[in-house]
Amino acid sequence: MLMRASARTYIAVLAVSLVVGLPAHGAGEFPLQHAGNDVSNIASLQRGARNFVNFCMGCHSAQYVRYNRLAEDLGLSEDQVIDNLMFAAEKPQETMTIAMPEQDAQGWFGQAPPDLSLIARSRGPDYLYTFLKTFYLEPGSPTGVNNLVLANASMPHVLWELQGEQRLIEETDDEGHRVQRLEMVRPGRLSPDEYDQFVRDIVNFLDYVGEPMQRERIRLGGWVIAFLLVFGLFSYLLKEEIWKDIK
Amino acid sequence: MNSARADAVTGGSRSARFLDWIDARFPLTKMLKEHATEYYAAKNFNVWYVFGVLAMVVLIIQLLTGIWLTMSYKPSAADAFASVEYIMRDVEWGWLIRYMHSTGASAFFIVVYLHMFRGMMYGSYKPPRELLWIIGMLIYLALMAEAFFGYLLPWGQMSYWGAQVIVSLFGAVPFVGDSLVEWIRGDFYISDITLNRFFALHVIAVPLALVMLVVVHILALHETGSLGPDGIEIKEKKGADGIPLDGVAFHPYLTAKDLVAIVVFLILFSGVIFFSPEMGGYFLEHANFEPANRLKTPEHIAPVWYFTPFYAILRAVPSKGLGALLMLLAIVALFLLPWLDRCRVKSIRYRGWTFKLALAIFAISFVALGYLGLMPATQTYVILARIFTGLYFAFFLFMPIYTRMEKTKPVPERVVWHE
Repeated sequence: MLMRASARTYIAVLAVSLVVGLPAHGAGEFPLQHAGNDVSNIASLQRGARNFVNFCMGCHSAQYVRYNRLAEDLGLSEDQVIDNLMFAAEKPQETMTIAMPEQDAQGWFGQAPPDLSLIARSRGPDYLYTFLKTFYLEPGSPTGVNNLVLANASMPHVLWELQGEQRLIEETDDEGHRVQRLEMVRPGRLSPDEYDQFVRDIVNFLDYVGEPMQRERIRLGGWVIAFLLVFGLFSYLLKEEIWKDIK
Repeated sequence: MNSARADAVTGGSRSARFLDWIDARFPLTKMLKEHATEYYAAKNFNVWYVFGVLAMVVLIIQLLTGIWLTMSYKPSAADAFASVEYIMRDVEWGWLIRYMHSTGASAFFIVVYLHMFRGMMYGSYKPPRELLWIIGMLIYLALMAEAFFGYLLPWGQMSYWGAQVIVSLFGAVPFVGDSLVEWIRGDFYISDITLNRFFALHVIAVPLALVMLVVVHILALHETGSLGPDGIEIKEKKGADGIPLDGVAFHPYLTAKDLVAIVVFLILFSGVIFFSPEMGGYFLEHANFEPANRLKTPEHIAPVWYFTPFYAILRAVPSKGLGALLMLLAIVALFLLPWLDRCRVKSIRYRGWTFKLALAIFAISFVALGYLGLMPATQTYVILARIFTGLYFAFFLFMPIYTRMEKTKPVPERVVWHE
């Protein structure tokens, strides 16, 4: 019961801080970094899928994504998917759901970790990329960290072993603006460049997952428009022919 | 009729005899002549005259894609969001059908706004076309209702909160406001019940009204005739054969011209569908990729772009009741156009500078309000919205005055035709 009440207070605080807290917390909106991901890079998508399954899917589902669709789109065989990606499902046609009950998750984190099927479409790849890179130590907070993009995020820094630990430095630049930057306190297992690529692969995977048909859509679009241009030319010639005797 | 009978007796080809059989029972040939092969319109139609046909094309796209979406969509609060993603991912070509429908909604408003502006420029609302204009305005109202009901169906955050904001506007009605809002929602908040009834209205009631109004609109148009950019009644100058001298038959002349316009439109339409279906968040709002959550209000609620001019007017007024009233008046004013405009000359080509200036200010105000309605209501933006709201209404309010003292140019006898 006590747990419930504190969780509710936490949600309330979180909700308020989301709406009004951002400007109060720091220098307002932290400029997003360019993710620079490429959904046609299959190797990156495969790495992203691996990273997602290993590091994110403990808490986050992607409930609209089917494993066999992944196999098809990522150039993997069903066996490869079963062996390497399918830890939480029985059959390849199942979707990427998780076992964590939402009720429990709410108690543990204050709010249930959202499903990530469409997160790249609602937030954008740059947001996700910057979010995963800007956790910093904040000893007083429930998770021990805070985030520059999503202030008071209830998500802990899951990737801290890889990235290392950063601390926040706030300074004033020559023009008197407040600037926030992060400084590495303890390096992680990956170098900063390797970590960037690691995160970029996850973001790329989420971008793909948000709209799995996006490459097909663009490929098809070229043909459709090419056809319409040819058809348009003939319809124009037809119009000229029919109108030539109108004076 | 008699000659047709005579042909039937003497023989003729098989298809001709079949046509006779039909014509004896249904006025097929007569209708084709009346509305296509012997319906004459001014031969100097310019590019502004394609948007009526394009609106019809979009209507057909919306009806067809809508039917197929309905086959996989589930109108319940628990399943709606997931069923849309099911369409996007698991239904064969579902993503294409869905993008056509979502892009079609915005395309509908683009072509209808341009069609209406054409009417204002060339005086298409002036006598004897008042009814034609009013039927058109009713189509616009039905279209707004259709778009509004449809926008709730994906059950995303913006669907939910957008509906919340617009439905709550009815609370501004004196005395019965609160019960009216409850009656519309069918619940104390936007819920499964609301979604279900909006679905019914979106897929049956409003489309039915839309299609019937479009038929009536076209019948009214063919009764008065199309005016053309010179604002000249071509029916007044007929040749010995009874055909308007400056007219061309709808088929094959205008159908051939419209076909080119339709292809150009489809190229642009496909450009959006295949290369930018979200259109930077204007056609599909980013926040709508998050499922509706009654407990979490989005930071910034904005209706889809085609409603934002009126939304900006609403927010420009500090009192909600007055704002809602002004919003309503902004639409009512358009209905009154045929009677507010006192100028005899129809086309902008021969009208005075006062009307040209007023129309330009009106167009700029409408676009500016549309932009402001998308922005957060900061102090500067609200002040700007007030200025443009003032200008929007000034266009109508002073119209009887500035159109009466307008210095017009002489209207030519025959249509202007450059070859």
